[in-house]
Amino acid sequence: MASLAPTFGRGAMTNHWVDIKNADVVMIMGGNAAEAHPCGFKWVIEAKQHNKAKLIVVDPRFTRSAAMSDEYVPLRAGTDIAFLAGVINYLLSNDKLQHDYVRHYTNASFIVGEDYRFEDGIFSGYDAEKHRYDPSSWGYELDAKGYAKVDETMQHPRCVLQIMKQHYSRYTPDMVARVCGTPKDRFLKICEVIASTADAKRAMTIMYALGWTQHSTGTQMIRTAAIVQLLLGNIGIEGGGMNALRGHSNIQGLTDLGLLSNSLPGYLTLARDSEQHLEDYLKPRALKPLRPDQTSYWQNYPKFFVSMQKAWWGDAATASNEWAFDYLPKWDKLYDILQAFELMYQGKINGYICQGFNPVGSFPNKAKIVAGLSKLKYLIVIDPLRTETAEFWTNHAEYNDVKTADIQTAVFRLPSTCFAEEDGSLTNSGRWLQWHWKGAEPPGEGKGDLEIVAAMFTRLRALYKSEGGAFPDPIVNLTWPYKIPGRPSAEELAMEYNGRALADLPDPKDKTKTLVKAGELLAGFGQLRDDGTTACGCWIYSGAWTQAGNQMARRDNSDPYGVGQTLNWAWSWPANRRILYNRASSDPSGKPWDPRRRLIAWNGKAWGGADVPDMRPDAAPDEEVGPFIMTAEGVARLFAPTGLAEGPLPEHYEPLESPLPNNPMHPNNDKARANPAARVFKGDREQFGTAKDFPYAATSYRLTEHFHYWTKNVLTSAIIQPQQFVEIGVELAKEKGIADGDWVKVSSKRGYLKAVAIVTPRIASLDCDGKKVHTVGLPNHWGFVGVARQGYLVNTLTPFVGDANTQTPEYKSFIVNLEKA
Amino acid sequence: MSSLQSLDIAARSATTFPSPSVRREPEVAKLIDVTSCIGCKACQVACMQWNDLRDSVGDNDGTYDNPRDLTPASWTVMRFSEVEVQSGRLEWLIRKDGCMHCEDPGCLKACPAPGAIVKYANGIVDFISENCIGCGSCVTGCPFDVPRISKKDSKAYKCSLCSDRVSVGLEPACVKVCPTGAIRFGTKEDMKEFAATRIVDLKERGYQQAGLYDPPGVGGTHVMYVLQHADQPQLYHGLPADPKISPLVSLWKGVLKPLSVLAMVGAVAGAFFHYMKVGPDETESEH
Repeated sequence: MASLAPTFGRGAMTNHWVDIKNADVVMIMGGNAAEAHPCGFKWVIEAKQHNKAKLIVVDPRFTRSAAMSDEYVPLRAGTDIAFLAGVINYLLSNDKLQHDYVRHYTNASFIVGEDYRFEDGIFSGYDAEKHRYDPSSWGYELDAKGYAKVDETMQHPRCVLQIMKQHYSRYTPDMVARVCGTPKDRFLKICEVIASTADAKRAMTIMYALGWTQHSTGTQMIRTAAIVQLLLGNIGIEGGGMNALRGHSNIQGLTDLGLLSNSLPGYLTLARDSEQHLEDYLKPRALKPLRPDQTSYWQNYPKFFVSMQKAWWGDAATASNEWAFDYLPKWDKLYDILQAFELMYQGKINGYICQGFNPVGSFPNKAKIVAGLSKLKYLIVIDPLRTETAEFWTNHAEYNDVKTADIQTAVFRLPSTCFAEEDGSLTNSGRWLQWHWKGAEPPGEGKGDLEIVAAMFTRLRALYKSEGGAFPDPIVNLTWPYKIPGRPSAEELAMEYNGRALADLPDPKDKTKTLVKAGELLAGFGQLRDDGTTACGCWIYSGAWTQAGNQMARRDNSDPYGVGQTLNWAWSWPANRRILYNRASSDPSGKPWDPRRRLIAWNGKAWGGADVPDMRPDAAPDEEVGPFIMTAEGVARLFAPTGLAEGPLPEHYEPLESPLPNNPMHPNNDKARANPAARVFKGDREQFGTAKDFPYAATSYRLTEHFHYWTKNVLTSAIIQPQQFVEIGVELAKEKGIADGDWVKVSSKRGYLKAVAIVTPRIASLDCDGKKVHTVGLPNHWGFVGVARQGYLVNTLTPFVGDANTQTPEYKSFIVNLEKA
Repeated sequence: MSSLQSLDIAARSATTFPSPSVRREPEVAKLIDVTSCIGCKACQVACMQWNDLRDSVGDNDGTYDNPRDLTPASWTVMRFSEVEVQSGRLEWLIRKDGCMHCEDPGCLKACPAPGAIVKYANGIVDFISENCIGCGSCVTGCPFDVPRISKKDSKAYKCSLCSDRVSVGLEPACVKVCPTGAIRFGTKEDMKEFAATRIVDLKERGYQQAGLYDPPGVGGTHVMYVLQHADQPQLYHGLPADPKISPLVSLWKGVLKPLSVLAMVGAVAGAFFHYMKVGPDETESEH
């Protein structure tokens, strides 16, 4: 999500599940939809059977998605940027672009400032000590009015297109073969299929998931693919898009509601230490347009923020106290989960509330996680299941070899409900908020998460009220308007995030009229104000529960245009738009590029069609309002001057742990070996292995039979995939004398596991930069609790490092050794 | 007892009297499109859940196939085969294995227990467990190696094509849960028609030998496959190229049938005289 926002403006799947059926080409890379998203995969089958779509799969392993493909090629784990940069080079050097789209809807014509440099793998502004970039030299050249300069001919040597041509010319098919190990002829075959969608009448969708996000360069992998899609004109159209498939049923909801340490709901962000006043905070976020007449919708940031503060603190948030801006913490550094466990490991955190999360299973370097938990005073686990985290202090021989007597952490287990035991909404990958109804009562003492959290909160508030504290105001003044204070309902919370008017709101077109009466639910975020007269918990969700009722509970699946656009089924953010940036489905004059794909069109007076326009409805084409309304440019950003830790253009870096001694792109520059902006904690670097001791590439992943560490508690799932295994290729097995079903020991510098080996031609050994690279596949569903056979947590092996932007751990590419056990 | 009150029995094991034949029912079929199957095993779970079956939690022996084989509690399993038909082009063929519901069922022909195996007019072949004597003849009779004898109750088990669901107008459980539509259910005619559209698509994608598996050696089947390589069914984990009922069963049902009937009559008569002379058999207590 950290990748799509700096590119398109919003961090979300651009299209939706059903729309995948409209694709002419489906590319699955950085994901394995058939196994991790089997239900959604039906739309790929639909595209193949009813739209004659070609399916291409690029993956280090021949997966069950690959089994369904028309073309499959392998690549070495962690080299996706090199592969996709090779595709960009192919498109640029063979002139396979959708020219008008690139010219009008991307920043290809924007001129970059004179100070921008890229030398031997490092962009300008790098601080090698701090592993950090100052991005100021990546900005556009501005004119006197503060607008970015453009060259519509795209010939200026510093315009984005020319910079890209130069940057990506290094990624020749031979270089791709060297870095990725992908055979050249097969790479070119894939390029050809992808390039076929440069035709405005053909569309390609890209489906990806954690196979991209879980790398130290994950954000930039996704951006490289987004650039491919923009060059081909595949964003904003039916059957196109960058489709981020989320790994849990409501993980999109989690990001939307801002459950990350530096986020606030609706992709608002928490203030930094340096932003102590509301004005300093709002200014860099309420982005002014960088081109004339552009929407730059984030200009409305103050409305979203003030309305959120009113939802949280009601009457205590006033103009005179900067809408309670002081109530919010200001961050000095990211407090992501890796950071939290680092602090725990250092003994600087003494209590931890773990809700719906199993870090012992899910976080890297299990030994470090368990050591951290062992230093806590107390741990509270809120979960419907027994988890390894709740049981971290119990000894399970080699699977969890701890000394129970030495662990003094008090562990509280609060059993909660499963999704089917509560009402509420789930936000799917395609941004649909779908209401669901409780199907059963929870067993035993299980209680809903809302009830558990409300009970904790009301007790804490009582303590702060009676005993005071350093700064009790944010807690004692928090609005808590629920009819049963100990048990807020899902309905009440949904209305709260939708928002309501706190005073009569006048109609901006005719001030004598009232648009929304005080107390009424808002119809959408267009009605939000920055003067304290509206309250809204999450601006992008405004419209989900209006005066007309619960829009998320709608179940009308009629599809009047026959293209899978069911606008009355559930509700989609933003504003019930189903395909983001859909203005780009029409040419600059407002006519659809492809008469078969009439998503929205200009009818002379307004935009309309099969979708809700992602555009001011009366913005006539000659006003030249760009289709990417969330960016200051109004267009999509091939080159991202801001928003990314490691550079405005994606560049290949090796995984932090790599089987190769250096980066074949920059063999003589050690600074550019791995992600130059990666954050590595002291002590963790020493825990990285080298190829001398750990010669094989390793990657961890899910299998379709299980869901993460949950379903090992389910007997039927345990029956169909009972026991841990590792997958290795035929060549490695031969070298090591290992046969199908033999036991092997896989070790990294951080630990080891033992499991049954599956020897398979599906894992190819690759020739990379003159070296044979073998891959070890590590499915990650087993642990020391559950009804499946006990196994080793795969995260015993994984390194404690994350993506430089999101700090998502690098589970997909690291190194191991393997021996016959 | 047959669970299908509303489905007529067209054939009954070890029975000579005629079956009801007044009502007409369309023949049904399950179509498994191997080329759209992602091997997720949802069908295995649905089968366990609908039929209240729970196999043991096994182990991994170096394959994705689990449970490893059909068992009395696993009536369907996925078979994974890695093949290279065209050099340099790996394929991972995933076939849902289970009873094929033959039009000419070898199990039924081989079964000596009256009414232990029936074939309904719609084509479903069902085991009526209460009549089963656990002799294992159905195993010999089956050209697909499907029935399994339970060690617990010495009775034979296999997929019923959810005859209980079908009798009330529902599709089999595996069909209902299949996320990609790779398993379909309907009249055999409709299934063949749909299969034809799949074969056209596969041929366009370069699978010149794509075709429908509906083997004539057993009179056709009520579970059919769409295969990419219909010319080589054995690629799909040994799916027989030309399945036929074992000659031993043919012998038993053919030339030797009068003898066998005589033998049975003799056995029944012997039992009768034994009863008259000695009285009922009583197992002696061992303690």
